Amino acid sequence: MILDGKCPSGPLSEKWDKYRREMKLVNPSNKRKFRIIVVGTGLAGASAAASLGELGYNVDAFCYQDSARRAHSIAAQGGINAAKNYPNDGDSIFRLFYDTIKGGDFRSREANVYRLAAVSNNIIDQCVAQGVPFARDYAGYLDNRSFGGAQVSRTFYARGQTGQQLLLGAYSALSRQVKNGSVKLHCRSEMLDIVIVDGEAKGITVRDMVTGKISSYAADAVCLCTGGYANVFYLSTNAMGSNVTATYRAYKKGAFFANPCYTQIHPTCIPVSGEHQSKLTLMSESLRNDGRVWVPKSSGDKRLPHEIPENERDYYLERKYPSFGNLAPRDISSRAAKEVCDEGRGIGSSGRGVYLDFAEAIGRIGEGKVRERYGNLFEMYEKITGENAYRQPMRIYPAPHYTMGGLWVDYELQSNIPGLFVLGEANFSDHGANRLGASALMQGLADGYFVIPYTISNYLAQTKPGKVETCSPEFVKSMVECEASIKRLLCIEGKKTVNEFHRELGTIMWENVGMARSRESLTKALKLIPELRAEFWKSVKITGSEAELNQELEKAGRVADFLEFGELMARDALQRNESCGGHFRVEYQTAEGEATRDDKNFCYAAAWEYKGPDNEPEMHTEPLVFENVHLAVRSYK
Amino acid sequence: MYLLKNSVGRKIIMSVTGFTMLTFVIVHLVGNASIYDGPDGINTYAAALHHNSTFLLAVRLTLLGFCSLHVFFGTLLTLRNNAAKPQGYAVNKSLSATFASKNMIWTGLLVAVFIIYHLLHFTFQVTNPEISAFKHLDAKGRHDVFTMIVLSFRHLFIALAYVCGVGILGLHLSHGIQSSIQTVGLNSRKIFPFILKSGMILWIIIFLGFSSFPIAILTGIFK
Amino acid sequence: MNLTLYVWRQKGPDKPGRLEEYEAKGISPDMSFLEMLDVVNEGLIKKGEEPIAFDHDCREGICGTCSQVINGIPHGPQEKTTVCQLHMRHFRDGDAIYIEPFHAKAFPVIKDLIVDRSALDRVMQAGGFVSAHTGGAPDANAVLVPKSYANVAMDAAECIGCGACVAACPNGSAMLFTAAKVAHLANLPQGKVGAARRVCMMTDAMMNEGFGNCSNHYECQAVCPKGIRVQFIAKLNREFMKSQTTTRRD
Repeated sequence: MILDGKCPSGPLSEKWDKYRREMKLVNPSNKRKFRIIVVGTGLAGASAAASLGELGYNVDAFCYQDSARRAHSIAAQGGINAAKNYPNDGDSIFRLFYDTIKGGDFRSREANVYRLAAVSNNIIDQCVAQGVPFARDYAGYLDNRSFGGAQVSRTFYARGQTGQQLLLGAYSALSRQVKNGSVKLHCRSEMLDIVIVDGEAKGITVRDMVTGKISSYAADAVCLCTGGYANVFYLSTNAMGSNVTATYRAYKKGAFFANPCYTQIHPTCIPVSGEHQSKLTLMSESLRNDGRVWVPKSSGDKRLPHEIPENERDYYLERKYPSFGNLAPRDISSRAAKEVCDEGRGIGSSGRGVYLDFAEAIGRIGEGKVRERYGNLFEMYEKITGENAYRQPMRIYPAPHYTMGGLWVDYELQSNIPGLFVLGEANFSDHGANRLGASALMQGLADGYFVIPYTISNYLAQTKPGKVETCSPEFVKSMVECEASIKRLLCIEGKKTVNEFHRELGTIMWENVGMARSRESLTKALKLIPELRAEFWKSVKITGSEAELNQELEKAGRVADFLEFGELMARDALQRNESCGGHFRVEYQTAEGEATRDDKNFCYAAAWEYKGPDNEPEMHTEPLVFENVHLAVRSYK
Repeated sequence: MYLLKNSVGRKIIMSVTGFTMLTFVIVHLVGNASIYDGPDGINTYAAALHHNSTFLLAVRLTLLGFCSLHVFFGTLLTLRNNAAKPQGYAVNKSLSATFASKNMIWTGLLVAVFIIYHLLHFTFQVTNPEISAFKHLDAKGRHDVFTMIVLSFRHLFIALAYVCGVGILGLHLSHGIQSSIQTVGLNSRKIFPFILKSGMILWIIIFLGFSSFPIAILTGIFK
Repeated sequence: MNLTLYVWRQKGPDKPGRLEEYEAKGISPDMSFLEMLDVVNEGLIKKGEEPIAFDHDCREGICGTCSQVINGIPHGPQEKTTVCQLHMRHFRDGDAIYIEPFHAKAFPVIKDLIVDRSALDRVMQAGGFVSAHTGGAPDANAVLVPKSYANVAMDAAECIGCGACVAACPNGSAMLFTAAKVAHLANLPQGKVGAARRVCMMTDAMMNEGFGNCSNHYECQAVCPKGIRVQFIAKLNREFMKSQTTTRRD
């Protein structure tokens, strides 16, 4: 099937205005008759729930955390982009649009990205009005910085905690609506299923994580704002609870999953220290501005860094990419680190790490200046590793960090199932094959504050409120199925823990569907994952019962979904016979190791349709049409 | 009244009443220091105080009112605080709370007991009627407060009771002074160390000042 | 490293709880505290026993989910560090470690080390926001904010809402938490409009949720993983007095 993104016609810059002019509205007095479910309370979810509640709809917001303020959007450090052009350095909506499209390696939808760039300015206004304490200059104006190699300073920031401050802003707006009674919060509730009635999304089934009770909620529309799936790698910078369950179960109910192979690996994370490692910590990329990346020239060199003389060090980024050096883009430096470690030249006890050395910078600008620039990062590094990076080089290694793929949505952020809207990282729409730094926060808030309030009304205006109730057979069936699958998990009583399976899956994914993929490795993954899944369903051990707070059971449900989802990811990566953005196929590269895109054959979004447990999913495509930009080839030589 | 219902409002009442009583204590200390001027000094001071009986009554009633408020809300807040923390930890560790800060209710109540004794002793003069200043007049026909005090503090137990009493008051103030300053919001990062220090100096002065009377008399330094 | 743990185990909200002894063997100093508990839990599951339930999520010290009292100190012995960022190199081989949940009346235990902190959410709902409507906000630079004010607001806004201040307070008071929000917004022009109402609503909610009153022990400041200062409580007190003198409440 060829999918249609339903973008309005007309010039790029007028599409959104045209849409808003032509969309249908819900009568103000009718709004309170509509009920909307929002799953997830991160930037996208909290801002959507707050904005919809404010409009007068009845909103039920769900999150698995103990409070809406804890979603993992809170961990974003760098900042948020907007085309304000306050520094007068040549930025514009079109430039932000173009940078985002190009950064995404020309695999995103023009109209969506342009809208994102256009509303980016409103986001900053909105957040300032909410009391987000963005950095200011001495005159009291908002301060901007350049981020992620952008040529203009368009990033707004609040110390190293921009994500936290933006989320707390959205959370405060949400709290205000909770007080007003328009939003009802359901914390510690995990969505297990989406309920489809007559082909439209009309509710969800959730498990109360404290009592274990399974219940259903009916509504007129459902918004999934449940984030990304980087935890399929087990070790990632995502929160421990981040999962694919909500989007994957929607996929199993008929929603298309688009571009699951697009994952972003961040080059500057703290390396794994041992088997027990549960989570990876990201350090701001800005460190590469002054740090030099190197490994020993000979493999198996176990000397301490200061014992290795200068001529036996390989500053491989500077050697391979002389013009960009240590500032080579995320995917390139990540892959280069993997390569040297594969050659046995990795450092640290695990051999999976490279040095990021500040000795030269300290010699050049002095320790005081380095402390001024990166003091908090050095502190964080010392807290975790116990090492002083002023005295010895930091150890870094790439880690999965963000996932560009997600449920397929059209221009209205509506999936192929009417009434099911998908916002933020959970959808696939705006970042193409690769996301630019400081754009994730922008997209989450754009979707929640400024897109969904319009597009959902266009859908609701064409339905009758309160069409379904939870006593209808679809809801009962969904609840029965959820209860049965939980029982099934508890009945296995095998020998291996959920974590062991997750760790094994993570290894398979990281080795075969990680930074560099090949036909061979992907075929291997497609063989290994089903085997591991079969073993999981035979020998996983889950303690406790379903009728209580049971963290093992929660994890088991999520890992069960990852075990299926991993296969879909590998399948998508296998069909995409090109290298683009976060997806690198070793077969498709230039002689210098540059990614080779194939615009003739793969300029499309791949959207997968679930066809039952024993059948291969079917791929549909949405051709990507570029009317306003030229498809360029990037080079960092 | 909203102020009495709100948590912060109640604390402000504690702070303001506490401060007023602290002011009285300081004035009291300065006045009592006139004893070092000999019998004429303190007897003159006492006579002057009693000269304007309406004023004296007003001050006494105000202090009584403030004291009652302080005790009432102090007890109420403590009861609520205890209810808010029904369970402690297996390992009990304080990082910055002090013995004084954790025992304000007990030091406060002990100070109240001491004040009652002090009033019965020196103000109403019922505990030791044989030395009552009401009954004994000095050469100029005034109440002989000087002799009453000196004779009292020659008793070890009375002197000891006073030293302990002001000691407990000092403990109470060691937390109370800086706490009341914080409660009325007169705190910032810059002046915080200064507040802690000045509070400390003030309560030490008050303690040393008051305990000097019984100690000097008991040890015979002052006759 | 080998350690002896005394961990609070409690089946459910109304069930009795008690400390139970566990051995943590072969712990590496590079592990985080929670990874050490993961290892213990894996062992328990293998033995068919129920693992220790504890709250955690981001494991990078920003979400505020983790909530444990280690040897009597919320978030453990290291200053300005959440449990998830505390590493085992700060302990010695053979140490006995007491692990308890946050205790306060407003934080009922749900299971083992997990407590219900929704009372903090309700304090926020009472007034911890600026009543800004979505859309229609003026240009972000329309109102200038002096850098020093923005910095102080940011200092206060760093609160992660973990509730360690409540757990450490001998009075079970949420004053530092409430003050951080009040001070954050009161330092910005955008927050000034609703300041009087906010401080009253939030402190009322704090009392109604069963939190105690502040009596200035400053334990909260000592354990706060984000270094929120008690001077913000003084700021709240000032805001409260201002609300009583300059405006009619409501």
